[in-house]
Amino acid sequence: MEETKNKKVIHEFLEDPRYRQCNKEALLGLGLGVLNLIWWFAWGYGLGSKPIENYSYVFGLPMWFFMSCIVGAVLFTSLAVLMVLKYFKDMPLGELSEEEAARMREMS
Amino acid sequence: MSSEINFDVLIPLVLYLVFVFAIGLYSSKYVSWAAQREGKGFFVEFLVGNRDIGGFVLAMTLVATYLSAGSFIGGPGAAYTYGLAWVFLAMSQMPTGYFTLSVLGKKFAIVARKINAVTITDFLKERYESKAIILICSLSIVFFFTAAMTAQWIGAARILEGSVGLPYRTALALFGSTVLIYTIIGGFRAVALTDTLQGIVMAVGTIVLIVTAVIAGGGISNIIQKMYEINPGLLSPYSIDPNFMSAAWVTSFWILVGFAVVGLPQIAVRAMSYRDSKSLKSAIIYGTIVSMVLLLGMHMLGAFGRVLVPDIAAGDLVVPTITTTLFPNWAAGLILAGPLAAVMSTVDSMLLLAVGAIVNDLYANFIKSKVKNNAMITFIASVAIGIIVFIAAYNPPPLLVWLNLYANAGIISTFLWPIILGLYWKRANAQGAIASIVVGIGFYMVFNSYWPRPFGMHVIVLPLAMSLTAFVAVSLFTKRPPQRIIEKFWGV
Repeated sequence: MEETKNKKVIHEFLEDPRYRQCNKEALLGLGLGVLNLIWWFAWGYGLGSKPIENYSYVFGLPMWFFMSCIVGAVLFTSLAVLMVLKYFKDMPLGELSEEEAARMREMS
Repeated sequence: MSSEINFDVLIPLVLYLVFVFAIGLYSSKYVSWAAQREGKGFFVEFLVGNRDIGGFVLAMTLVATYLSAGSFIGGPGAAYTYGLAWVFLAMSQMPTGYFTLSVLGKKFAIVARKINAVTITDFLKERYESKAIILICSLSIVFFFTAAMTAQWIGAARILEGSVGLPYRTALALFGSTVLIYTIIGGFRAVALTDTLQGIVMAVGTIVLIVTAVIAGGGISNIIQKMYEINPGLLSPYSIDPNFMSAAWVTSFWILVGFAVVGLPQIAVRAMSYRDSKSLKSAIIYGTIVSMVLLLGMHMLGAFGRVLVPDIAAGDLVVPTITTTLFPNWAAGLILAGPLAAVMSTVDSMLLLAVGAIVNDLYANFIKSKVKNNAMITFIASVAIGIIVFIAAYNPPPLLVWLNLYANAGIISTFLWPIILGLYWKRANAQGAIASIVVGIGFYMVFNSYWPRPFGMHVIVLPLAMSLTAFVAVSLFTKRPPQRIIEKFWGV
């Protein structure tokens, strides 16, 4: 196989083993942001588009506002905390030696 | 207001400034140690705090930096005029606390350590190896940030003028010299630590204000009822003018102030500065909680202000007016430190970035590749920027208004895609990055004048999408970046 490799093929190198986890965390953050937007939009415009006379109220605030902004803020703050505690992994940030990198590859 | 100086308000404010100086002095120890280092060592301390920033401080400096005077003066002022709809709009900033830190995340911190980057331009320089990109990026930081800083200085001087009764120019000198001195002597560490103090002041001030305001207004139900009587639109997400607060326009703020802030260098550079992965975790937690408190609290205060202080001349005065109405003077001084703190914490990081752009990016790359006397040149550059900003704020030139109009969008269009794609897409190359910058800024300027709400959205959205398309298309049609860059960034 080695000999048949075309010269043009870019020679393979082993990627930093930490990046897989990093990419996963970035996608989680992005996903949480998009969910946050959907929650905010659905409650805000779902209930808020009714005629104002027909609004219902929770703790004195219009229902759309309470659900979209107050509950949304508390919920997504809690989800962010959960995301970090449950899915974010600790790792060294500095240079890795080849041995450390190999060990991390085996572990993942 | 009378021109007499209001000492009850001035004394707590001055005490606060003394405290800020003390933090600058403490950090100056680290900076003077670092001044002995050879080569880049000085900048690692001065521009990114030796990459030694802990979680709580990281969270606070991030939040305090992106919440500028806007969130304390302009935001509540708009909520005063437009009601709950503006609080709703402001919630689009909610993700910033977790979004920026998880998207740039550890990868940015790891890459920054690999290539020893201390500015965003450093990162782009190594990734794209293009002199043109270094030049565009550093010049846009210097020009746009000088303009934005000047506007913030003017705002701060106006707050001092209005609340303390100091003459505008004295206020300007007092504020300007404070920020300049602590930033120059203490560098990033001083900026991050004073931001932390300022973030705490802002958060405590916000909680005290909103609780007192709700009690003074006779409870939330009562306040909401009165808002309905003033204008039912104050309770609707479409506000009092559905044409202005349309769903498309309000939702597009999620792009402008929620997601695209990843592309602001003053935000991104903080993702290079933290100590370890534990700091990142706790920063996301603290940062999200603090931004929730500040955003909800300040904007609801503005909206409720319509009932509490119904007859003010301009919405912008709502927070100062509520404060002076509900609190004795000395307490008002302490609480007004909040907006002032918001301005300071935004300005200090802009100053640091502008200095970094001049000394680390422009001077080192184009004039002298081996900078010897780093500390000295940094000092001279900082003082020079300070003097320029001071003169511009003293007597604002017309160019300033123009630059400011484009500052935020210009910065975002320059940096957003080159940072994100440079970090996550191996195929991204210099030609693509340049194309995205040109297309982004160019179309933003054209649309801003001729098509201010494309498809009902905020003007920034479409140019950002076009700039992404240009980046991807041009990158794919030109050569892939050299293997050595890929290995430097992605290899071990």
